[in-house]
Amino acid sequence: MSTSLPTLLTFPNGRELTVPTGLFIDNKFVPSIEGATIQSINPVTEEVLAVVSSATAKDIDIAVASSRHAFRTVWGRNIPGVERGKLLNRLADLMERDTDPLGDLEALDNGKSAEVARAVDLPEAIACLRYYAGWSDKIFGQTIEVDDKGHKSASTRIEPLGVCAQIIPWNYTIMMLAWKIGPALAAGCTVILKPSELTPLPALKLAELVVEAGFPPGVFNCVPSFGDVGGAALTSHLDVDKVAFTGSTATGRKIMQAAALSNLKKVTLELGGKSPHIIFASANLKEGPRSCESCHWGVFLNQGQDCVAGTRLYVQAKVYDAFIEELLHSAKEWTAGYGDPFAEGALGGPLVSEVQRDKVAAYVDSARAEGASIVYGGERWQGKGWYYLPTIIGDVTPTMKVVKEEIFGPVLVVTKFETEEEVIALANDSTYGLGAGFHSNDANQCQRVLARLEAGTVWVNQYGQLYPQVPFGGYKQSGMGRELGTYALENYTQVKSVLWDYSGGSAQ
Amino acid sequence: MATRTFTYDFSNEVSGFRKKSSFPSGLFINGEFVDSVDGKTFELINPTTEKSLGHITVASEKDIDIAVEAAQKAFDTTWGLHASGQERGKLLIRLAELIEENIDELAALESLDSGKALAFAKSWDVQEAANVLRYYGGWADKVHGKTVEVDEATLAYTRHEPIGVVGQITPWNFPIWLLSWKLGPALATGNTVVFKPSEWTPLTALRIASLIKEAGFPPGVVNIVPGLGNVAGAAISSHMGIEKVAFTGSTAVGRALMKAAASSNLKRVTLELGGKSPTLILDDCNLDHAAGWAAFGILANQGQVCSAGTRVYVQDSIYDKFMEKFIAVIKRVKVGDPFHPETFQGPQVSKIQFDRIMNYIDKGKKEGATCLLGGQQHGTEGYFIQPTIFTDVKPEMTIVKEEIFGPVGVVAKFSNDEELIKLANDTVYGLAAAVFSENISRALKLANALKAGTVWVNSYNTIRTNVPFGGYKQSGQGRELGEYALENYTEVKAVHVNLSGSPPI
Repeated sequence: MSTSLPTLLTFPNGRELTVPTGLFIDNKFVPSIEGATIQSINPVTEEVLAVVSSATAKDIDIAVASSRHAFRTVWGRNIPGVERGKLLNRLADLMERDTDPLGDLEALDNGKSAEVARAVDLPEAIACLRYYAGWSDKIFGQTIEVDDKGHKSASTRIEPLGVCAQIIPWNYTIMMLAWKIGPALAAGCTVILKPSELTPLPALKLAELVVEAGFPPGVFNCVPSFGDVGGAALTSHLDVDKVAFTGSTATGRKIMQAAALSNLKKVTLELGGKSPHIIFASANLKEGPRSCESCHWGVFLNQGQDCVAGTRLYVQAKVYDAFIEELLHSAKEWTAGYGDPFAEGALGGPLVSEVQRDKVAAYVDSARAEGASIVYGGERWQGKGWYYLPTIIGDVTPTMKVVKEEIFGPVLVVTKFETEEEVIALANDSTYGLGAGFHSNDANQCQRVLARLEAGTVWVNQYGQLYPQVPFGGYKQSGMGRELGTYALENYTQVKSVLWDYSGGSAQ
Repeated sequence: MATRTFTYDFSNEVSGFRKKSSFPSGLFINGEFVDSVDGKTFELINPTTEKSLGHITVASEKDIDIAVEAAQKAFDTTWGLHASGQERGKLLIRLAELIEENIDELAALESLDSGKALAFAKSWDVQEAANVLRYYGGWADKVHGKTVEVDEATLAYTRHEPIGVVGQITPWNFPIWLLSWKLGPALATGNTVVFKPSEWTPLTALRIASLIKEAGFPPGVVNIVPGLGNVAGAAISSHMGIEKVAFTGSTAVGRALMKAAASSNLKRVTLELGGKSPTLILDDCNLDHAAGWAAFGILANQGQVCSAGTRVYVQDSIYDKFMEKFIAVIKRVKVGDPFHPETFQGPQVSKIQFDRIMNYIDKGKKEGATCLLGGQQHGTEGYFIQPTIFTDVKPEMTIVKEEIFGPVGVVAKFSNDEELIKLANDTVYGLAAAVFSENISRALKLANALKAGTVWVNSYNTIRTNVPFGGYKQSGQGRELGEYALENYTEVKAVHVNLSGSPPI
């Protein structure tokens, strides 16, 4: 039954919240023209949370037309940057006001801890929007000396790209939405955002705030849909100028193909990873518990459903035993909140879907079959919901599936190494290159290692910290292009060189 | 110590705020309003009525010492790099919001103090002040250094650090707007400030001090100390604890300040000084537009604009046509009570300025120029001067060479572009210039040839927050507004980390 009426959700903590269920186009919530729907399932109770409209190719056509019209009339160069910035700041203000209900909704739809959603996901999304709000009136071109004597000038105009499709995953709906719309709207593009069919609700709720903030209709459209329906329609649409995608490497490949085959639309991709996390003997291991903590946060946060999770741990032989002991000792903290993301102190949560949970289980089984040792966890949690225990696997070899492939779950593989040369080779032995982290107190070693790791982000003596000002993205098959920082603006602008001959028309 | 309060009841004004305004008027140091150490005060005069508005506290040298100490403490503990760019940006944006929330009161105070028309005070001065602070709020977390590739044995990078305690001295022509030009980039980059508004027009700065507190800036980050130029201003320019001073005002004072800066501790100096900017009316211009903009360029803000286009050069072939339209525009300008909604031009800011300008007008007449329009006081009460135009001027006349800073323009003819460029550039100043022509190629060539920090083509005084502004030659040094202002308030540190190189010996 297609609908665009809001639905009332009740949360485990007693909160009640209405959530719109239509496709958000031209600042209105409308049903799918063909009546298609999505069921959003609660990964803890395994029950249907809400039924929302799902965009089919015909709905995508309508959304694109709306975005194109807005770009031509009320957005793009029709509005000065300072006004675009004001609207983004206003949206950030509203998200700040509604941090608690939005965080709870992110937790309800995804299964993550509500406390973490409120304390991490929301503030990071808000900071990202504020950062890009500040850039909107600071996008500079160049004036370039070419031939002053001959009265010829050259300059560049940095123009918005146009209509941008943005496809985000289900692991950090609100944060990924902010990373995408921040630079795009600041630069003057209009956006069609497709949240995952697994977690459409926070994006639809945010759409209400987009209206309240005062964005003109068509500037931001939000169309939950299945990847192979709405996603495919967007990536092959002839009137979409750019697609930005965060998700799996497999889907990223399809998107790039579709973009090439249709209209060669610009593509940026944030894909998977199998990021190495290295503990050198030179690390300050009086800070041992701190490095252990960063390992845990690096892999178990968000149930390991993080593109840049530090899922391959390498520990230098000299400090191996002591480190592993501490690592195993504190792993149990990560089941806090199992069964109830709204519990006080909840850290861990379920995988987002049964399919994802079973995938994780299959990987762990493959490790057993290939002769690795499950030293912690390694099984489904015995309770309702798509939970899997935090898992640590030792005695692995570089060719094992659990070492090579992205699991996207709370699974850490651990390897002992002898020398720096050896571990750099092991770390770089991957088709991925999204992130890497290492702990060392030796300045020269730090400089050598960070220079040689093939990763878009290298963390030294920490793991996973992100700031809206610092660019993020992948080497190799982890993606192309950078998000965050000044670099994200390049994804949403194009350079027009203007060469002007003013030698004619002298007076007298 | 009791501190003063400024009170004014706007209920009887013709338009605008129409309520009572009352706020502390002591020195704002370390988050509190205090009396000056020696108890000295200064009397404010309403330039429209010539009547007293009461007294404000003015800072002595000792008060500047106290302010610097507070600013240094804040820099070392709660500001500088102890507050992240995001936090600094948020506070600046909050201050911008508070200014907008109080726009009517601030505009009324600005008009009362300076004599400028209320309509402009609200729609331009106060609104733009909020816009500027908001703009720099957005820069605060975007102050980048660079990593520089040298070789694999070296890690080299730059940090753009705040300087520390900076002194800022602003004039009386755009009190609140220039306050935002100064505070915006200084605070965004992490400096703490000792801010001296002109003692003639301190009201909006003092009202903003309360807003700064309300916004949540830690005590000592911004200190507002109205004072006399030769007391507080001199103390700031020669203070050993201030490492940078920014000044907007006359070239004469700018010189003295730079000397003091050099003699004391070689503090960094940026200056926005005077101008005698040329407006060029070419034979292929849109005459109606050119006439309107040229008049605006001379008369805006009672002519009290550093970038005013006070030398108008008109191509001889269109001279008569242009002058007809030009004079017609000027004759329509309404001079009168700043609070009247139709007023364009209010009184000059003070008796001293009034006398100075009338003196220049006198000189103009004595040196043989033709006073085509105006040349007298307007009315009998208040420091009003009639819009005044001199023609038949020669380059060596005083009124052509010196900055008058009043509603007085001089007009001369030219016949070709080469002659024009020489005339336009024949000045010790170089703040701005304007070219009026519908032939873009011709206009761009002229723009390239003019020695001026801002060149307007087919407009005048259209200053934008994100475009830099500043002077060539004796009009100043350094640029304000836009990204460029950030350089004035950062110090570059280069860090070289030697990873493996052995020493030479």
